[in-house]
Amino acid sequence: MTVTEEPGSGTVAPAEPASRAPRRRRAVVDGVAMPGPAERTAKAVVLTVACALVVLPFVGIVSTSLATPEQVTRAGGFVLLPTGIDLSAYRMIFAGGVVSQALWVSVFVTAVGTAVSLALTTTLGWALSRRGAFGVRAMLLLVLVSLLFNPGMIPSYLVVQRLGLLDSLWALIIPTSVSAFNVVVVRAFFVQLPHEIIDSARIDGATEWQLFRRIGLPLSKPVLAVVGLFYGVGYWNAFFSALLYISDAAKWPLQLVLRTYVVDGTQLGSQDLGIDAAALPPQTSLQMAILVVSVVPVLLVYPFLQRHFAKGMLTGAIKG
Amino acid sequence: MTAVEEAGARHRPRTPAEADGPRGADPGAPRPPLPWYRRMARDRAVLLLALPAMAVIVVFQYLALGGNVIAFQDYQPYLGIGRSLWVGLENFSILVSGDPEFLGALRNTLIITLLQTVLVFPAPIVLALLLHSLVSNRVRQWVQSVLYLPHFLSWVIVVAVFQQVLGGAGMINNFLRAHGWQPIDVIGNADAFYALITSQVIWKDTGWATILFLAVLAGIDKSLYEASAVDGATRWRQTWHITLPGMRPIIVMLLILKLGDSLSVGFEQLLLQQDAVGLGVSQVLDTYVYNQGVVGGYWGVAAAVGLVKGVIGLVLVLVANKVAHAFGEEGVYRA
Repeated sequence: MTVTEEPGSGTVAPAEPASRAPRRRRAVVDGVAMPGPAERTAKAVVLTVACALVVLPFVGIVSTSLATPEQVTRAGGFVLLPTGIDLSAYRMIFAGGVVSQALWVSVFVTAVGTAVSLALTTTLGWALSRRGAFGVRAMLLLVLVSLLFNPGMIPSYLVVQRLGLLDSLWALIIPTSVSAFNVVVVRAFFVQLPHEIIDSARIDGATEWQLFRRIGLPLSKPVLAVVGLFYGVGYWNAFFSALLYISDAAKWPLQLVLRTYVVDGTQLGSQDLGIDAAALPPQTSLQMAILVVSVVPVLLVYPFLQRHFAKGMLTGAIKG
Repeated sequence: MTAVEEAGARHRPRTPAEADGPRGADPGAPRPPLPWYRRMARDRAVLLLALPAMAVIVVFQYLALGGNVIAFQDYQPYLGIGRSLWVGLENFSILVSGDPEFLGALRNTLIITLLQTVLVFPAPIVLALLLHSLVSNRVRQWVQSVLYLPHFLSWVIVVAVFQQVLGGAGMINNFLRAHGWQPIDVIGNADAFYALITSQVIWKDTGWATILFLAVLAGIDKSLYEASAVDGATRWRQTWHITLPGMRPIIVMLLILKLGDSLSVGFEQLLLQQDAVGLGVSQVLDTYVYNQGVVGGYWGVAAAVGLVKGVIGLVLVLVANKVAHAFGEEGVYRA
């Protein structure tokens, strides 16, 4: 790659006086001089601070959601290191009230939405990769041009209204189900598949559907994993579409519940959670527990996402 | 033509010119001498596969554009587009009449765009240079994993996290009070609002935005560095004369895209914080459209503002792309 500590093959560093290079660290790698100790320390400090700024808030949030009610009250709302672990906040929000319901809505929208999106995106991506077929150039143009503009909030609302999707969970899925960008990414992948495989399958009598199903899909698993995870995270995080299209609070996804009870600070009563008033944990613990529940799924898929995204994103962004 | 010949004609090996882009159809290729309806029948399977997703794109991108006609109507939801009264350009008068709420939204939008271009845009470039200069690949990958993460959190979560950290009863103020210091007043404070939203954007997206820059940095020809080292260039000279010029095309491209988006700033982010800080500093064009139209019921005015905003955004991208070409840059696309 770019810079290595081991004196490997590749480039030969210019001769250096032995006194200036105490250990095996070289002064110049690939033509770039190595930083001195002061610069290395400065870099380490900057990056450590940057990482701490990302990680520490979450430590505090998880700690508060787990801390005992007495500790939360004593600390005035926030706990960095819990002394005892108390899962009552989680038990309460999973007891069947608004939060559990919203969780089910979010899980449904994310699961169904990702499946629908993947089906639509791969079929269109495959079709657009068939150069020379009737209508493919025109359709590709429609897809690419749609990247340049956005019809606007009010016109989108009118379409959803006209289709009778207001207050339906499908309004959270269908309008955003096809991302033109992802179609272009998937198409770019299909286009670079070796055409010999497709030709020989066709000669053996494979239909278009069989080509797609037996050759296209199995070979594109890595790219589908990335695209699917991006769609999934998008559906899970969607907030405004729900605010715009869903007025029935029983159909709210988790992000809207999060906004109402955590960002806006509306008090969560025992009747909202369907529990005994006496058992109500401190609001802060409940809020932090909701926050944790909405972050954890993203954290769970993140390692998988991360393994692929450099590759997946770059095929789309650079070859686009 | 037999099935085999047909397959061969359609899936001939690609020439390099053809492989590098959607527009690269080979002009020299012989077109099949079939009338369009025969070709349509021949390729019906491909068309069928494309149909569902194309329907979504056509309905929600292209047909939806038609909804903009209500910008010329006194639109009433119970009458619908068909029976609402046509009012010509009346709804657009808000743009020129000096309406204080609209002007406030326009001003806030421009201030926030300016702040984001000056403060937020360079951040990932600096971070990418820093990450790229790390010697250890393992450290770099760890740091990247941590810093990419906030990008995948929703704005609701980011705003909630900032409130929990900086709010009146948040982590920092608890700590300050415990040590007898003055608490800081950031959340809900109109004077600190732009600093707050700028730091939120930096926190959420700087790490992720490095991904493109890092890819470009990894692609810069190593021999340039070696040659310049032989000529005695220091690391700063190398950064200035090799690294930054190497990054110029991607920086230009991202600036063009940013310019096209310059009238849409952090919609969800601002909407979530309007209740806490008031509309005076947090109303931007997008939230104005939402608050006027969906909340306030002035559908026609909202659509008019949204339409003008969309047209200006599109024109900005097209013009910026032309300008980039004039300066010899690749830009976003070539037409």
